[in-house]
Amino acid sequence: MTDAPRRFALIQRLVHWFMAACIFAMLFIGAGMVSTVAPKYLPLVLIHKTLGVALLALVLIRLALRLYYGAPPLPADLPWSMKLGARLSHQLLYGLMIVMPLLGLGMLWAAAYPVILYGGIQIPALLSQSDGVHTLLWNAHFYLGFTFFALVLLHLAAALFHALIRRDGVFGTISLLPSRDRMTPVE
Amino acid sequence: MNQPGRLKGPGLGSLVLIAVVVGGSAAAFAYTAGWLSPGRLTPERMIAALTPPSGAPLGHRRNHAKGICFTGAFEANGNGVELSRAKVFVQGRYPVLGRFNLGTADPNAVDATVRVRGMGLQISAADGEEWRMAMINPPFFAVSTPQAFHDLLVASGKKDPEAMKAFSQANPEFAAFAAWAKAAPWTGSYAEEPYNSLDSFVFVDAKGDERVVRWSLRPAAERIPVSQADLEKAGPDVLEQEIEERIRTAGPQRWTMVTTVAEPGDPTADPSRAWPEERRAVQVGTLVVQRIEPERDGPCRDINFDPTVLPQGIRVSDDPFPAARSSVYRRSYDLRAAEAKDYPRTEAVQQ
Repeated sequence: MTDAPRRFALIQRLVHWFMAACIFAMLFIGAGMVSTVAPKYLPLVLIHKTLGVALLALVLIRLALRLYYGAPPLPADLPWSMKLGARLSHQLLYGLMIVMPLLGLGMLWAAAYPVILYGGIQIPALLSQSDGVHTLLWNAHFYLGFTFFALVLLHLAAALFHALIRRDGVFGTISLLPSRDRMTPVE
Repeated sequence: MNQPGRLKGPGLGSLVLIAVVVGGSAAAFAYTAGWLSPGRLTPERMIAALTPPSGAPLGHRRNHAKGICFTGAFEANGNGVELSRAKVFVQGRYPVLGRFNLGTADPNAVDATVRVRGMGLQISAADGEEWRMAMINPPFFAVSTPQAFHDLLVASGKKDPEAMKAFSQANPEFAAFAAWAKAAPWTGSYAEEPYNSLDSFVFVDAKGDERVVRWSLRPAAERIPVSQADLEKAGPDVLEQEIEERIRTAGPQRWTMVTTVAEPGDPTADPSRAWPEERRAVQVGTLVVQRIEPERDGPCRDINFDPTVLPQGIRVSDDPFPAARSSVYRRSYDLRAAEAKDYPRTEAVQQ
């Protein structure tokens, strides 16, 4: 068995922070666009659709990187409840990253809207119009959006908890800053 | 020596920092979603203003709720190519799907009580690219801004006569529309009405040059004025019966699509203001309506005639209405799709 990595690989860390910024923006754009009738509605929707499809492609790359590089272990002294919470919340975050763009695309297809991205790229419809399917996917996209935001906040709070209060090196595994000495393995 | 896993010092500052970051993010999200801004004009508020006191028309569009589907073709004569590179302007025949409708939130309205008539239209290019539009028969729009439209709906829904007076004072552009509504002759047919985009859009030609335009569908059928009283006597659904009968007996009905090109200084952002008569007008093709189908299970039912669904070669202008209409139409679509059981696709199920 090879040694578990000490930190996430640089490419993993870069993709993490890039996606973090994009997902944060997506959640705000989504909440903002559906609550306005101002002219900015149209560019917001266009960005939301384009970025959503881009993020779907990125999360697949990210999963491949995760399978290839793996992840550093959590500190051995972390209580089992926190380990479980970390595991579950990360699985949920990955799940939402995959499912949210699919739900978004699906609800547009089921409403017979052409899906046109920035630059005029048109995504062909894989579903035909259906009131029932549209409603199901719309509800899922809407409520999971709030769930996603809540999870992102929890993730943020946990990251800060590790970085500022526990100072256990967990934040260092994903940080873009050079790692500190105290994270150096003891062997 | 630091011991990982142990709290360092009181940690209070860190806890406060975490609370501020998380709480601040949540507050920013709430602000973005409009929860902290009750005055913001949201699609929900616009739909609330459209909703009659008798309640929302469940399963139906929240405005222009009464309508009937049609199918046919758009015959492009090729003249539009110099204005826009949209494929539907290349000489040829393109399938269309549309909907004649009345400007009311009541799907059971008596036809003779509704002043504004409209047409939703979708033209499809060979590769599936779509151009959707929603037009009405007045020569200009009632108000200048989406906010004023909301205020008009609120004022006209009030019993207090002072409300409309105050609205008209605050929105003087409304006087021209009120005069049109009062004096313009009624007709007894959807086929005799013009349908105008009113909103302006930008046409982009093959070279990338841009022109701001509006368009109208001008009827081939002769316009025969009828009194509102005579129209009322003909029955509550006379317009739907008439157009079906007319096409069955007289054949397809036609409209010429005329595109009017703005000149610098024309009010492109204000659909309540017509452009000067002498503006260049280009006939770009003919709409042929060939077949009428009831809306209940007709092909137009599933379509949101969102005027921002545009092909390459057409984009929105500085007119604020298309964005507002897109936002509100989408909410209306989401609502009526979720209420589909309240408007069953077959009559029998309704009993």
